[in-house]
Amino acid sequence: MDKRILDLKSEIEKQLSDLSELAELDKLRVSYLGKKGSITSLLKGMKDLAAEQKKEFGADVNKLKEFAAQKIEEKTKELKDKQIELEIRSMPRFDISAPSNQETGSYHPITLVQRQCETIFKSMGFTVEDYAEVVTDYECFESLNIPKHHPARDMQDTYYLENGQLLKSQTSAAQNAILRKYGPALIKNGTPIRAIFPGRCFRNEATDACHENTFFQMEGVMVDKDISISNLIYFMKTMLSEVFRKDINVRLRPGFFPFVEPGFELDISCLICGGTGCPSCKHSGWLELCPCGMIHPNVLREGGIDPDQYTGFAFGLGLTRLAMMKYGIKDIRDLNSGSLKSLSQFTDDE
Amino acid sequence: MFLSMNWIKDFVDLSGLDEVELIHRFSLSTAEVENEIFFKGKDISGIVVAEIKSVENHPESKKLHLLKVDTGSGELTDVVCGAPNVRVGMKTAFAQLGAKIGDITVTPRKLAGYTSNGMCCSESEIGLSDDHSGIMDITDDVPLGTDIKAVYDVEDIVFEVDNKSLTNRPDLWGHYGIAREFAALAGRPLKPLATDDLTVYDNLPKVDMKIEDTLCKRYSTIKVENIKRNISPVNIRIRLYYCGMRAINFLADLTNYLMLEMGQPMHAFDARRVEKIRIKRFDAPFTFRTLDGVDRNVDENTLMICNDNTPVAIAGIMGGLDSEIVDDTTTLTLESANFDAASVRKSTVRLSHRTDASMRYEKSLDPEMTVPAIGRFLYLLKKYDSDVQVVSCLTDEYAVKFPPVTLHFDQNFVDRYTGISIGSDTIVHTLTGLGFAVTLDGDKYTVDVPSWRITKDVTMNADIIEEITRIYGYDNFEVNTTRSPLYPVRMTDVKNNEEKIKDLLVKKFALHEVHSYVWAYNSELKELGIPVENNVKLANATNPNIETLRNSIIPTQLCQVKSNVSYSPEFGIFEIGRIVEGLDENNLCIEKKKLAVTLFSKNTDVKGLYFRLRDILAAVTETIKHTELEFVPAQPKHSYEHPANLNAVILNGKEIGMVGIAHPVVNKNIDKKGNVVFAEIDMNVFADVKDNGIVYDEPSKYPSIEFDLSLDMPNDVYYSTLKSCWSNEGNGLLKSVKVIDTYDTPLIHRITVRFEFSSNERTLSSKEVQEIILNIAENLKQHRVFVPNLEALINNV
Repeated sequence: MDKRILDLKSEIEKQLSDLSELAELDKLRVSYLGKKGSITSLLKGMKDLAAEQKKEFGADVNKLKEFAAQKIEEKTKELKDKQIELEIRSMPRFDISAPSNQETGSYHPITLVQRQCETIFKSMGFTVEDYAEVVTDYECFESLNIPKHHPARDMQDTYYLENGQLLKSQTSAAQNAILRKYGPALIKNGTPIRAIFPGRCFRNEATDACHENTFFQMEGVMVDKDISISNLIYFMKTMLSEVFRKDINVRLRPGFFPFVEPGFELDISCLICGGTGCPSCKHSGWLELCPCGMIHPNVLREGGIDPDQYTGFAFGLGLTRLAMMKYGIKDIRDLNSGSLKSLSQFTDDE
Repeated sequence: MFLSMNWIKDFVDLSGLDEVELIHRFSLSTAEVENEIFFKGKDISGIVVAEIKSVENHPESKKLHLLKVDTGSGELTDVVCGAPNVRVGMKTAFAQLGAKIGDITVTPRKLAGYTSNGMCCSESEIGLSDDHSGIMDITDDVPLGTDIKAVYDVEDIVFEVDNKSLTNRPDLWGHYGIAREFAALAGRPLKPLATDDLTVYDNLPKVDMKIEDTLCKRYSTIKVENIKRNISPVNIRIRLYYCGMRAINFLADLTNYLMLEMGQPMHAFDARRVEKIRIKRFDAPFTFRTLDGVDRNVDENTLMICNDNTPVAIAGIMGGLDSEIVDDTTTLTLESANFDAASVRKSTVRLSHRTDASMRYEKSLDPEMTVPAIGRFLYLLKKYDSDVQVVSCLTDEYAVKFPPVTLHFDQNFVDRYTGISIGSDTIVHTLTGLGFAVTLDGDKYTVDVPSWRITKDVTMNADIIEEITRIYGYDNFEVNTTRSPLYPVRMTDVKNNEEKIKDLLVKKFALHEVHSYVWAYNSELKELGIPVENNVKLANATNPNIETLRNSIIPTQLCQVKSNVSYSPEFGIFEIGRIVEGLDENNLCIEKKKLAVTLFSKNTDVKGLYFRLRDILAAVTETIKHTELEFVPAQPKHSYEHPANLNAVILNGKEIGMVGIAHPVVNKNIDKKGNVVFAEIDMNVFADVKDNGIVYDEPSKYPSIEFDLSLDMPNDVYYSTLKSCWSNEGNGLLKSVKVIDTYDTPLIHRITVRFEFSSNERTLSSKEVQEIILNIAENLKQHRVFVPNLEALINNV
């Protein structure tokens, strides 16, 4: 083999072993393999050789070329690996067990329970209605079979306004409007009325941990040709089992409300003890939860619906009470306090 | 109201039945029973009737006496007793050795040197009354040694019914009506009330009585002489006491007893004071002293019972002091009447005086009851005071009658309403048990409603459903879903938007949802220096702090921010709530639903915070309406708004709300170091804005050219007004315009805008772009907006 080739080979080997920077490696490649590189130059001197020698020399130079390329590639990989290794070693181990203080938003607990109830009823074909807070005497009382001077008006300490209107004391105040809104479709097409209307209610009373003058209810109505007490029990049981995500037993007791007949108080099996009796249910095993009943014929009639042809049920669920039960909120005033120490905890609850 | 099982059992045989279980069923079928049931007399035993044979003073004690007591065993027992009323020959309740009173077992006990082998008891000690002035004085003829429980009705089961749950049941305000319910629940007959036969007095003279005002529906009266008894029999006193009333004297007790038994309030007048009964109202207000000794102001709307022209009782509420039964009363005029329920209720409210009688009259009592109640009263009076003499005939004026109610319905009606099958036998049996007269013809029912249910309670067919189902038991119902057809359910835009906004604000911007009150809180606003703006007021606010309705949520929210400044150096709150903007032309409140957002920060400067809020609003509108927001400077109208930094928020040309910075005075009152910005959006106006939806723009395959321009703007020119400078330029090649920087001092207002150009057909030449930019710059000049170094910039494209 030509001495120049052998010399060049050992020179490459030596230079590569001394090399430690990737940038220098690139220079090295150019100095041997570039257009003006040492190996390329060897080929240029070939024209002076005899034909046989030419063939052999050419083959040897090509081998050297391959050798150099391979060695440079190996060195490149070695140096790159080293660099990554160094990068890895230079990065600290981060302790993500320590939390950063990312701000998370929150929903009002009423929104959370309201959404749960709405989702359940929507899935059963109920519409969700919105209603005013300032209503007329007709909406809140007259249309609900509570004529003037009826004792039931004393039962609710209503906030009256200067102009004779009032702050609704019950979500039932929307019943007449709902019946009138959907009644025509019921009568004409047989589309049953299925609606819930969550809303804020007001009672003129002193506030303490258990009493608020401002609270949320959710009213529900269903009217069709043959709606029965049996249906009412079914819907209440189903809805409450979904809300509390466990099988809830319900029981009805007679209850007097002028806008239903028969009217009921609905109790649910105690959420704490399941019905065996404990301090939170005063050892009765039951919790009084919501008034309900079959819509009074006078209320249907006032809503433009013939009570001889149609029947319906209505219920009024205390959303505020439900939220307090569900999340163990002890002071009802926390809900309207705007205190983020309380409210920021309710991030979501789907 | 407390109820005694012994009393109920006077009228229905419940033998062999679990009484506690029946009370529980009563609670589920009739009216709510409070949880605690009282087992009276269960905690005493070994107490017998004994006679005091001798009394000696204790040598060293002024109070104690040494007694010898005969319990009928033949031997006398030594007892030391401190009661002041001991006397030889007196019979009393004696707790023998081994007797139990509550947790105490009676044992021999040394008292001041003498051993007492038992204890003489007061009525209070054995729970028969609250009388502890001395030991029980037993006047009845009872053999010595008899257990007290065998003599008197000491043992009883007493339960309490929630009065509210009886509001619509005038018939349940006495034991007899309650017994009717128990009889129906147990399926046993109700016994008739034993009454005196009033027809035997028909030939006696009438009482001079006249109803002059039909607020009195019925007045029945009778006069009785020669009353000797003064103290009520023990069993009557026990029942009154167990049911929460105190014994007073025999006649007063007997009227109370009748009220608790039949629900009919009665009044006993001393006949010497009431000779000419007139029931009427007076023309002018006056003062009247009731039998509790209180002077009450009675107005001209209040119905009175009078002795001719002198008022002697407030009708249905309370008798007068001057005509009440006193110790020497021997002649009584008995009132058993019925008054208009609403009138009694209103009088009660005006007088602020509610009594056991008025509570009952308010419920619309059955006027048919007045005469049987007199019969019952006389029956009991004669039973316990045999010498009494009735000296008048029953004098009864029935001014207003309730019309009878007969209901007609068929089996299908019941099936449809209940959703289950309740057999006709059960229906007939149930209704009959409750006192309804039922005729069944095929599947058709005809039902006569008894008088005690027609006054307000049962007037139509739906009421009958309740009677049938409550006794049938709701626990026994088969539960079924409906068979109604399905239709799509659509939510309103307001509702949809509301939910999306809440999600965005909570999930994307980490805001906190809060609730607040619909009225302004005067004291809290005062702390912030915000005067309460005039608006509709509550007519009956009990708290002057909350009398004015709010016309914006922002002041409320500023108060909430203040109360939260220690929570975190930076936070944002929002509420979707109601406000009232005065009255409309029909004098009705203009109620609006608003979204209010307030941001607070000690970390971010006021500009950064203001822009963050702007971006939140933009994100909301762009996500929900796919429409860009515009802002137009506005003049502040409220004290809490910053004079220089308030903008109307415009969407699709409609003003949907305001966004601004808090006035420095208010801001400093909230926190000296923090910045406060707020926005309020009208949810209904927002909902009415059309959603433009997603308009898909095919991305170009050719490279785009970006070009940044810094705009030097006069202080009175706003970015939002400049859009026309570029919106019509470039023939669709201008793809987007973004603000990438703003720089503000009181003198300089500079905005850097990035324009992006591209074509879907070709690569753009720099010359094309240069021309468009020059046109835009030319347009900007007309708004007095200049681009520094425009030439140099153009050449760099």
